[in-house]
Amino acid sequence: MEKFTRHVGLVAPIARNNVDTDAIIPKQFLKSIRRTGFGPYLFDEWRYLDRGEPGQDCAARPLNPEFVLNQPRYRGASILLTGKNFGCGSSREHAPWALLDYGVRALVGKSFADIFFNNCFKNGLLPIRLPQAEIDALFADVAARPGYRLMIDLEAQTVARPDGRAIPFEIEPYRKHCLIEGLDDIGLTLRHRDQIAEFEARRRLEQPWNFSR
Amino acid sequence: MPQTLYDKLWISHLVRQEDDGTALLYVDRHLVHEVTSPQAYEGLKLAGRGVWRADSIVATADHNTPTRDWERGIEDPVSRLQVETLDANIRAHGAAAYFPFRDPREGIVHVIGPEHGATLPGMTVVCGDSHTSTHGAFGCLAFGIGTSEVEHVLATQCLLSRKAKNMRVRIEGSAGPCVSAKDIVLALIGRIGTAGGTGCAIEFAGSAIRALSMEGRMTVCNMAIEAGARAGMVAVDDRTVEYLRGRPLAPRGELWERAVAHWRTLVSDEGATFDRVVELDAGSIAPQVTWGTSPEMVASVEGAVPDPAREADSTRREGIERALQYMGLQPGMPITAIRFDKVFIGSCTNSRIEDLRAAAAVVRGRRVDPGIRQALVVPGSGLVKRQAEAEGLDRIFVAAGFEWREPGCSMCLGMNADRLEPGERCASTSNRNFEGRQGAGGRTHLMSPQMAAAAAIAGRVVDVRRML
Repeated sequence: MEKFTRHVGLVAPIARNNVDTDAIIPKQFLKSIRRTGFGPYLFDEWRYLDRGEPGQDCAARPLNPEFVLNQPRYRGASILLTGKNFGCGSSREHAPWALLDYGVRALVGKSFADIFFNNCFKNGLLPIRLPQAEIDALFADVAARPGYRLMIDLEAQTVARPDGRAIPFEIEPYRKHCLIEGLDDIGLTLRHRDQIAEFEARRRLEQPWNFSR
Repeated sequence: MPQTLYDKLWISHLVRQEDDGTALLYVDRHLVHEVTSPQAYEGLKLAGRGVWRADSIVATADHNTPTRDWERGIEDPVSRLQVETLDANIRAHGAAAYFPFRDPREGIVHVIGPEHGATLPGMTVVCGDSHTSTHGAFGCLAFGIGTSEVEHVLATQCLLSRKAKNMRVRIEGSAGPCVSAKDIVLALIGRIGTAGGTGCAIEFAGSAIRALSMEGRMTVCNMAIEAGARAGMVAVDDRTVEYLRGRPLAPRGELWERAVAHWRTLVSDEGATFDRVVELDAGSIAPQVTWGTSPEMVASVEGAVPDPAREADSTRREGIERALQYMGLQPGMPITAIRFDKVFIGSCTNSRIEDLRAAAAVVRGRRVDPGIRQALVVPGSGLVKRQAEAEGLDRIFVAAGFEWREPGCSMCLGMNADRLEPGERCASTSNRNFEGRQGAGGRTHLMSPQMAAAAAIAGRVVDVRRML
């Protein structure tokens, strides 16, 4: 997993609540058995005017000029500003894979759906929750100022605005540690393999029906 | 100290806990399907790791599989490769049970788990699928996980997790005729919103929940995720125990007696505290129909499509406007004026035998409206299909003009050939009405099996209570 320490990036606003994972990456692209290559299909139904199919050359497809990521001022955005409950719906990890493959490194929003939130951390994508008042102010600033960038400092747990004002955010220490170090959490868990085996042996003895096959 | 059901399930699976609350939770049952597992198995291989406990795995192919002409195999080469990848992974690593494409017991993973007794009270049940919450109906802790977590469970039999908040949804009173589990859960989501349960594990309680069959409880828990809660659950009672008796993977003999004695403790203690409590009166719930592009955009069949002009909050107003535009509906129009092109009865929410019986009771002796282009009935599993055929339900559906299909996820998400075309409007018993969910540009109205059956007959939304 790629480390996340500090990131400065162009911000694009996705001004909707309840953006679901079907919108982030539609079902026809979930047939892939790979983790990469989903970027061209990110927000496929909003981004293009035709119906997308896996393996298609997206460079030749008609873009929806209305969609925010197609507007020249947001080209190259790596931070998405979102509303409430972003990533709701399906557990598909293809959603964070598509965001990362497109070039997104962080999401700043009011709230995120639980499974999606978890999936982001497993892939080095940082979802940041901020109070509604801060989110509203950021939406207004992004709209008013083309080229609006934020600086995210994970170590300091701050999102710094161009005027220098830093907004603090919360993150669980374990998740922060894994992101900063780019750690594979399976490796970390397997350091406790004896403890797991011991737990399992006891459970097998006490509740053997959970192990019947 | 009195504990909630969720507290008991959590503590009994806790292997260790870090100072910041990050917990290592033991997983008893790992359900696997073809869409969210290939990258996990590949990850194992790349890291040179093995599967910790293959006999915790129950696997099936359900999302990509066609629902007709099974003898022709899977024609889409991309779908076929994904299903064959699952075949190969299970062959290489093993499982307690595998129901591959065309196996007579194949079906939607959330239907076959309980059907085979693979889901037992007191277990932790995970699957790379958000509707894993379904299994909580059995008094177990069941939730959906991402593919990286699937890999983590394969490699370690554990999951890194954090304890959620305790939320109790108490539904008292008795539901009126033709008001089903689906109506109860849609009414709940309408009330608390699609993020209403975020960060919570919901226990569904109250006399209306106790009165539900296991199938009905599964429908309610299935949609806990649509209320934002990763896990939904119902305490164990006689009905839970009776459902499980004799199932292939359920314990037998002396072990059964021991298990049942333990399962009976899987209820919230008197006086246990919940972080959040929501109460609903079942008697006040009418059949529900969604009008928008999120399950919280729902109304009673007696109601009307909302007028965004009457919404004070600007983001919500824009949300309603966008939804009405996508759905092609007018503010204020009666819900019963919504006409359909297609009808889908199926999905992990509503494809069990009880659902098919309820739909067939409405359809019996009637004909699908000529304005309906396609009306599909997709049983949840091969066993449900055979049971329905033994009861003659298939003949009722076919005589009315429905298509009787092979089991699978089908048009709930349209990964196979069953899908909506742009602009088509569907009465659906599935769980998500998101934009494009059933096919790009498709318009989904969620409702119960009875209501979907009635919609097929009338060609539009109709109050099924007036038809029976």
